[in-house]
Amino acid sequence: MPILETIGLEKRFGGIVAAHDVSLSIEKGARHALIGPNGAGKTTVINLLTGVLRPTAGRIILAGNDITALRPHQRVRLGMARTFQINQLFLDLTPLETVGLAVSERLGHGSDWWRLVGSRSAVTDEIVEIIERFRLTDIMHERTAILPYGKQRLLEIALAFACRPQVLLLDEPAAGVPDAERQELLATIGELPADVTVLLIEHDMDLVFSFADRISVLVNGGLLLDGAPEEVARDPRVKAVYLGEELDA
Amino acid sequence: MTEAGKEVSSYLARRARWSPFEIVFWVFAFATIWLFPSKHLILTETAILALFALSLDLILGYAGIISLGQAAFFGLAGYTAGLLAKYEIINEPVVALLAAGAVAAALGFITSFLVLRGSDLTRLMVTLGVALMLGELANRFSNITGGADGLQGISIAPIFGRFRFDMFGHNGYTYCLVVLFICFLIARRMIYSPFGLSLRSLKGNPLRASAIGIPVNRRLIAIYTVSAGFAGIAGALLTQVTAFCSLDVLSLERSADLLLVLIIGGTGYLYGGLIGAVIYKFLQDWLASLTPQYWQFWIGFVLVVIVLIGRERVESWTTAARASIYRFCKQLVARAAPADSAASKGH
Repeated sequence: MPILETIGLEKRFGGIVAAHDVSLSIEKGARHALIGPNGAGKTTVINLLTGVLRPTAGRIILAGNDITALRPHQRVRLGMARTFQINQLFLDLTPLETVGLAVSERLGHGSDWWRLVGSRSAVTDEIVEIIERFRLTDIMHERTAILPYGKQRLLEIALAFACRPQVLLLDEPAAGVPDAERQELLATIGELPADVTVLLIEHDMDLVFSFADRISVLVNGGLLLDGAPEEVARDPRVKAVYLGEELDA
Repeated sequence: MTEAGKEVSSYLARRARWSPFEIVFWVFAFATIWLFPSKHLILTETAILALFALSLDLILGYAGIISLGQAAFFGLAGYTAGLLAKYEIINEPVVALLAAGAVAAALGFITSFLVLRGSDLTRLMVTLGVALMLGELANRFSNITGGADGLQGISIAPIFGRFRFDMFGHNGYTYCLVVLFICFLIARRMIYSPFGLSLRSLKGNPLRASAIGIPVNRRLIAIYTVSAGFAGIAGALLTQVTAFCSLDVLSLERSADLLLVLIIGGTGYLYGGLIGAVIYKFLQDWLASLTPQYWQFWIGFVLVVIVLIGRERVESWTTAARASIYRFCKQLVARAAPADSAASKGH
């Protein structure tokens, strides 16, 4: 049984069809990439999956539960977390506080208004583990706003990871990261635990082909192709789409 | 617990510890009971304003909800406390205070659903609207509220049956200060809790807050309700210490003054409302004694200057001054501490 499945997902904005008949099936533990040229509807699909947008038609199944009607924070509790293409961080908080926020929320202490932050060892131990995994230890007490961009990108993923998702959606994680910090970021993404299913939305073909074991190609709001990397690389339609885009550019 | 985990929790615990500035602030606040007995009336007003401003700081400084209608809660609880005492429903002032606060919190809970939607501007209008409606209702039902003449014939029983509200306001001031302190403790505790941290996150970025599983609306409702309760306690205090309640408890001016207090004192560090209230009240008092008719001109002038210069710049100018005050406070506490421990050994 796939861990995440969409059945005939469709989204219209008035007369514009942003996504139609998107049926994805993602296996547990997969490294699945969703690619497509600009305007193909990748962001629409991720917004539908996470509940920022409601689909016009279709269903979304997460680990056997129909989550189509659930609100974003409810989907997080059921095991799906995402990162954002443009950093969505808490600029006034430190990485420690940011990660702590997600951890204590998941462990159900988020509405606890009497105990001090950090007074539960289960929470602090987990915060430390995540901070270390994402190489944020030496800057964990700095304000997020002043961190280098690469570290902010790492924190972006750490924050989603702190929700302990079964499915982690990475929306262009490497976008805009300078070369000097890029290796650290890619290595960290590569070291994500195998039992976490990753859906990668990416523009950067090097990253996609080095990371993904399965690739779905989205064109004009619909799925063009779904297959193993070699298959996708060989497919003449995919070449045409990307070649066409390059010719346009 | 792991070694690093311990380090993190002790770091967080250290941060929540009382700073020397805070200790000196409260020691001085309580010392005013004995130091300035002749100023107790204005100090009482200041303490009430400070609690009222604290209530706004909780939603504005921590959850990012701007409001022009805190007077709705202040006034509702003020009238509640007045009516409870007038008709001798609850005689004990402390119990009446809690009851009035609970009534205000209930109104806060109900109206919180209105402020969940929309931007800052809609929130300003909605909160203002609620306060205006309550003000008109109080005016219309003058058989209950006394209308423009105010609610008269209130007599407040002694606190715990022992401490009478004297005409110089000595007990009244002590009462207000203790209530302020207790409310402050609750607020402070809340701010350093996971709940408080989640509020700061959803103020900073509600989209991401919900993307990591925080139920944003529920948190906003909770803090709005608490804030309304605090505003209500402030309003009930005013009725109790003055044994009077009139329509101006619900006025727009009262809500607007509160924003001024927070502009002066700053938001989001809990002391903004307290410090702002002290500066505002004493500035008002001083200006009113200089120019009894035109003092509001100077209040307006000061505000325009503060806003034009910008708080950041004022803060950077006063950093040196604050640092030296901080060092001074630290020395005071350091000197007091050995004396304390010596005294406790003596017992």
